[in-house]
Amino acid sequence: MSDRLAVLKTYKLYVGGKFPRSESGRTYRVQDSNVAKASRKDARDAVVAARAAFGGWAGATAYLRGQILYRVAEMLEGRRDQFAALGSSPEDVDAAVDRLVWYAGWTDKISQVRGGANPVAGPYFNISAPEPTGIVAIVAPSSSPLLGLVSVIAPVIATGNVAIVLADEASPLAAVTLAEVLATSDLPGGVVNILTGSAAEVAPWLASHLDVNAIDLTGVADPALAADLEIAAAQNLKRVLRPSSPDWTADPGLGRMTTFLETKTVWHPKGT
Amino acid sequence: MTALLTSPTNATLRAFLHGLPGVDAVGLEQRAASLGTRSIKTTSKAYALDLALRMVDLTTLEGADTPGKVRSLCAKALRPDPSDPECPPVAAVCVYPSMVPVAAEALKGSKVHLASVATAFPSGQAPLQVKLDDTRAAVQAGADEIDMVISRGAFLAGDYLHVYEEIAAVREACGDAHLKVILETGELATYDNIRRASWLAMMAGAHFIKTSTGKVSPAATLPTTLLMLEAVRDYLDQTGTKIGVKPAGGIRTSKDAIKYLVTVNEIAGPGWLDPDWFRFGASTLLNDLLMQRAKLRTGHYSGPDYMTVD
Repeated sequence: MSDRLAVLKTYKLYVGGKFPRSESGRTYRVQDSNVAKASRKDARDAVVAARAAFGGWAGATAYLRGQILYRVAEMLEGRRDQFAALGSSPEDVDAAVDRLVWYAGWTDKISQVRGGANPVAGPYFNISAPEPTGIVAIVAPSSSPLLGLVSVIAPVIATGNVAIVLADEASPLAAVTLAEVLATSDLPGGVVNILTGSAAEVAPWLASHLDVNAIDLTGVADPALAADLEIAAAQNLKRVLRPSSPDWTADPGLGRMTTFLETKTVWHPKGT
Repeated sequence: MTALLTSPTNATLRAFLHGLPGVDAVGLEQRAASLGTRSIKTTSKAYALDLALRMVDLTTLEGADTPGKVRSLCAKALRPDPSDPECPPVAAVCVYPSMVPVAAEALKGSKVHLASVATAFPSGQAPLQVKLDDTRAAVQAGADEIDMVISRGAFLAGDYLHVYEEIAAVREACGDAHLKVILETGELATYDNIRRASWLAMMAGAHFIKTSTGKVSPAATLPTTLLMLEAVRDYLDQTGTKIGVKPAGGIRTSKDAIKYLVTVNEIAGPGWLDPDWFRFGASTLLNDLLMQRAKLRTGHYSGPDYMTVD
């Protein structure tokens, strides 16, 4: 039937497991679509949703987090055509799926690499263990919309952090579509929150927000803005990641996971 | 109405209360919802936040309350935000009668009032003598405000005189202390009943009418509070006596609190925008108000990690 009504898609935000419009009601035109333009209040709501999700996600077993990341990879695999239509090459989708699987495997191994029993001069067990930093605000990269996005989100949530992602302003559709993948992957609502719109407008509010624990400036191209964000982030000693133009096809290494981990060390007397 | 107040009988009370106009439930809820859409910004918001803060009855009513917890609550009531010398204290601290001596000691010399729930809170299912002793003990220990509960069972059974006399007797037992009468609107079933209970409490001598104990859901809602504000406004018109209103339970965000203030201003009038005539019974609301104040003062968002846990 050629005369059926077209079902037009509205691209919305992804906050707390739901797909709300921006509270400001704003949209902007990009990639031939109308996309929600998030305001500072959407960012504030995302922080509340992320904080609510943090306890459950950080407390989940590493094995479960790994299974859920693997599930995300499965769901992404099933949406190849959709991402292809948005301009991601098949190699890009392959790499994104592989990256999710790779990080899924790391969830229950990173603590062996980053933690351990420390030798001390006394009758104590001394054990270090990595713990998630908390809420990580991510300015997503503009290069390779899907692979770049997966490569910044996966390491953050693999270790038990929760994320607020500011999608790339010029290519947000991959991010919103990834949100649909995440929403159907058993990932608890609020663990990943995705905001579309202007990062330059929203990022300063997240950088200065006292309930955000870390910020990833990968997608900030303007050095002056990056410096301002770092200054704002210093207010409550946020962890800051400011890499130089990463190559997403290269081996990612452990850097992104270990940046957003804190080390907890416990002294315990030996019973002898 | 004067005759009604000098020697009421169950029949005259019933005739009066059932003669009150019925409540248009749909209209009431619509009006409340429309008042909730007002946008309050910048300096108005700062004023509203400070006013709401000064109206808070900081409450802890748990079986697990300890003297230490009550003392820390009192410290917070006196200086809600120690990092900001401009931050006003709250209106009152509200505790169980057994905790009144502890709170009285902690609040000594300050202007923060000390409220105590009494009369077999929260159910109110106790003999009158027990309720009066409960009240006197709280007043004697230093409470200058008493939050009593009405006998909802008697009210729902139509025994209005019983409720009336109970409130009057507790008012007597209060002495100089202010009396807030808790209607427990969540158990009164209809808006008509809430209007009747409001009038009954006011006629029996309440200084304040209060929505809820906080132990029953639904607790305070905007429509019930609007209805009670109409009642105090009409009561002032008819008798010249001004009564206060206190919504309690379920108000957790600054946004909600500001909706209530808008409603107070629109329904009862600016005369009620004062801690002497309007209060919020709340505990978690205070932290949200403080976070919003901090946002206005510093220009960036604060977080729950920077607030006390209580």
